[in-house]
Amino acid sequence: MSTTLNVNGKSTTVDVPEDTRLLWTLRDVLGMTGTKFGCGMALCGACTFHLDGVAARACVTPIAATVGKKITTIEAIADDPVGRRVQTAWLELGVPQCGYCQSGQIMAATALLKQNPRPTDADIDAAMNGNICRCGTYTRIRAAIKSAAAEGDA
Amino acid sequence: MSTAKDTLEIVNVSRRAFLSAIPAGALVLAVGFPRLAKSSDEAKYGADSMPHGWVDDPLVFVAIASDGTVTITCHRQEMGQGVRTSLPMVVADELEADWTRVRVTQAQGDEARFGNQDTDGSRSVRHFFEPMRRCGAAARTMLEQAAAAQWSVPLAQVAARNHEVVHAPTGRSLGYGAIAAAASRLAVPARDTLRLKTPAKFRYIGKGHVKIVDGPDLVAGRGMYGIDTRLEGLLYAVVARPAVYGGKVVSCDASAALKVPGVVRVVEIPGTPPPSEFQPLGGVAVIATNTWAAIQGRDALKVQWDDGPNRSYDSAAYKATLEAAARNPGQVVRNQGDVAAALRGAARRVQAEYYIPHMTQAPMEPPAATARIVNGRCEVWAAVQAPQATHDRVSKRLGLSADRVRVNVTLLGGGFGRKSKPDYAVEAALLSQAMDGRPVKVTWTREDDVQHSYYHTVSVEHLEAGLDAAGKPVAWLHRSAAPSIRSIFGPDPKHEQPFELGMGLVNVPFDIPNLRIENPEAAAHTRIGWYRSVSNIPHAFAIQSFVAELAAAAGRDPKDYLLELIGPSRRIDPRKLADSSNYSESPVLYPFDTGRLRRVIETAAKQAAWGRALPAGHGLGIAAHYSFVSYAAAVVEVGVSGKGEIAIPRVDIAFDCGAQVNPERVRSQLEGACVMGLGNALLSEITFKAGRVEQSNFHNYQVARMNVAPREIRLHLIPGDFGMPLGGVGEPGVPPIAPALCNAIFVATGKRIRRLPIADQLAT
Repeated sequence: MSTTLNVNGKSTTVDVPEDTRLLWTLRDVLGMTGTKFGCGMALCGACTFHLDGVAARACVTPIAATVGKKITTIEAIADDPVGRRVQTAWLELGVPQCGYCQSGQIMAATALLKQNPRPTDADIDAAMNGNICRCGTYTRIRAAIKSAAAEGDA
Repeated sequence: MSTAKDTLEIVNVSRRAFLSAIPAGALVLAVGFPRLAKSSDEAKYGADSMPHGWVDDPLVFVAIASDGTVTITCHRQEMGQGVRTSLPMVVADELEADWTRVRVTQAQGDEARFGNQDTDGSRSVRHFFEPMRRCGAAARTMLEQAAAAQWSVPLAQVAARNHEVVHAPTGRSLGYGAIAAAASRLAVPARDTLRLKTPAKFRYIGKGHVKIVDGPDLVAGRGMYGIDTRLEGLLYAVVARPAVYGGKVVSCDASAALKVPGVVRVVEIPGTPPPSEFQPLGGVAVIATNTWAAIQGRDALKVQWDDGPNRSYDSAAYKATLEAAARNPGQVVRNQGDVAAALRGAARRVQAEYYIPHMTQAPMEPPAATARIVNGRCEVWAAVQAPQATHDRVSKRLGLSADRVRVNVTLLGGGFGRKSKPDYAVEAALLSQAMDGRPVKVTWTREDDVQHSYYHTVSVEHLEAGLDAAGKPVAWLHRSAAPSIRSIFGPDPKHEQPFELGMGLVNVPFDIPNLRIENPEAAAHTRIGWYRSVSNIPHAFAIQSFVAELAAAAGRDPKDYLLELIGPSRRIDPRKLADSSNYSESPVLYPFDTGRLRRVIETAAKQAAWGRALPAGHGLGIAAHYSFVSYAAAVVEVGVSGKGEIAIPRVDIAFDCGAQVNPERVRSQLEGACVMGLGNALLSEITFKAGRVEQSNFHNYQVARMNVAPREIRLHLIPGDFGMPLGGVGEPGVPPIAPALCNAIFVATGKRIRRLPIADQLAT
């Protein structure tokens, strides 16, 4: 039952059934707890990661679906210049409160900016609406995405 | 950074020697008793009224390493309010520490050592600002004494300044690291000899430029929450719990579950019949080598349940029960004048009824806890708001003496009151016990969280008013019917308790001659629990909506009308408003100050340009509320489309919590409270059918998403004085939001919302 995954540029073999969700494989098998559990049904975005650069939800992704593709998690997003800018904007604007959803928010925001470097308000709301923040940091998330986008122009 | 090894405690003499050096009276104080000698039957307020009170001993909270690194212990739980920054910042400021050389560690649950740690009620900074200042000032004084001794100069000639002690006449200086060891041999100065800074000298307090200490970890996925605990040999569990509160397992066939790859064992957890307090609901746990396997195993269980006495709880039927109760006289909880006569004689009568449903906190990190038992000692790692309560429950349930239990507190991925109830930590301890002490992590799935929570109460608020010929109220009758949180702790009182009545119901500050408030009976049929702002949510929604309804009936501007109802500025003893609770604060130090309430209303209105021209379909609504001894007012602008879709371009919030220790986090709390208040108003509802919660996850239990967030939240903080008592911050921003929104919707559409959530009530 071993499956080989490419996580943050490293090839890793795990020994769990191939329908095991990537979220629990990352967290419980590989010990990478930066990707968070929030709903298990792709409803909240806490587990957002990048699959070949595209935002996806780890809680509904069986590891079988990731074979041969590149998995990027919050632990490696600082290696991406856009991800780094997003993290910096998050810190500058004091976005996190409890911080739990912010891994997913940052992964979603990074994916948005890589695809659309200058998102409008409507683009941001549409891209980020799947990521719930119960602390209610949304106005700062919007501002931080705009700030990171502006840094990208500089 | 220093390691634990080279960290010298600022006072490393033995506890006994330290205590023997100070007078007997202070000895008592150091373990958290009231600062002034009081007879035991005298009322205690504030931190003094809380279990284990407060501690201000630098021995407990501060350590300085030889490299100068200052380690400050935070004894309150971080759940997004920023307390791991705000309280250590207070210590650092009085200590004259350089913030860049400060690190923060989290206290384990031990109130005898740290003082009260129950992180709820918007109390952390309010209750610990002064003790933490004294703690920092005492440590600073010891460093100054050590430097003066080393130089053989009078103490008056030296002063601590930004991580060093300076001898003014010669300009010599010694860094904190160099004198930490010497300082550690000195006695902690007596409390009454401490020199606190004047606010003009604050470096960090009140400034708002300090970033949260956990920020770099949080944006990199390195924050460690309860759900992230990892231990050697860790097993992972999920629990099938009875769908109905008070239900229990009749039989369980685990054969299929045990065949799921990764499942290790299936264990029954005995439940506790209602009232179950903080004890587990019971059920069947599936323990596996990873969470996914445990979930698969649980899906394969065949459990037969006895639903028990709450099997018929139906929230739609219960709404009718509450309405019937609220339409008839109930227990009188405040009375002045003669409301019946005044209503009879009124030129006009207005009546309205409001319904506010059950909700659940749904923190993004669901409840999660890990426990391990080694050599008869249980260690717990958990995201809990109340680590001492956790410690006590685990110790009692496992039959271990208190010294054999240790509770380590992780970051909390949100709390909102859910994590004040540590039932999930007790589950983890029981499962570790069942596995012969192996570490077991219990994770609640979102379905577990939504369906087995401690729910915000449900209420019907019935209001009647009599207006005179000029439209001014001469009579006010309010009946509030809602199950009490007390019902989880003992026999159901079926009435709101003083702490609930004091959340904006009895202490309505209106200048109306005839006023009666009643609390009809309401029984609980599920676990009722704290939810951010608690009973203020229904009380403020009803009262602030009704005021706007009266203004409309009188043909008056709602802001002017609200101010007129509040009347002139005055400081009212809460007990005169039949409020014996007042958030456990002193009625003398914390009177209900109608001047402060007026000021937040006037400020919010002015800053929002109340009365400004708006596009068609838009409206402004205002509401204000006193809670957690702070004052908040909100003006919401809403736009309602022809199809009934709601947009919120702007919210203005004026807030008076007294002086703001960390204004930047005060702002973030108010922004969050605004969004949560909008979610409460627009979306969130838990309903019951046959005793079971009908919702299960975020598709049918909806909370605010980005599309609900206002385009702009403008905050207007009223300046405060650090010499005056502080107010709460985390919760008081929530209550005015829902009524301000609904008042705005009325202006925009002419439709009055009396039932939350709004959901599709505006759809055309």
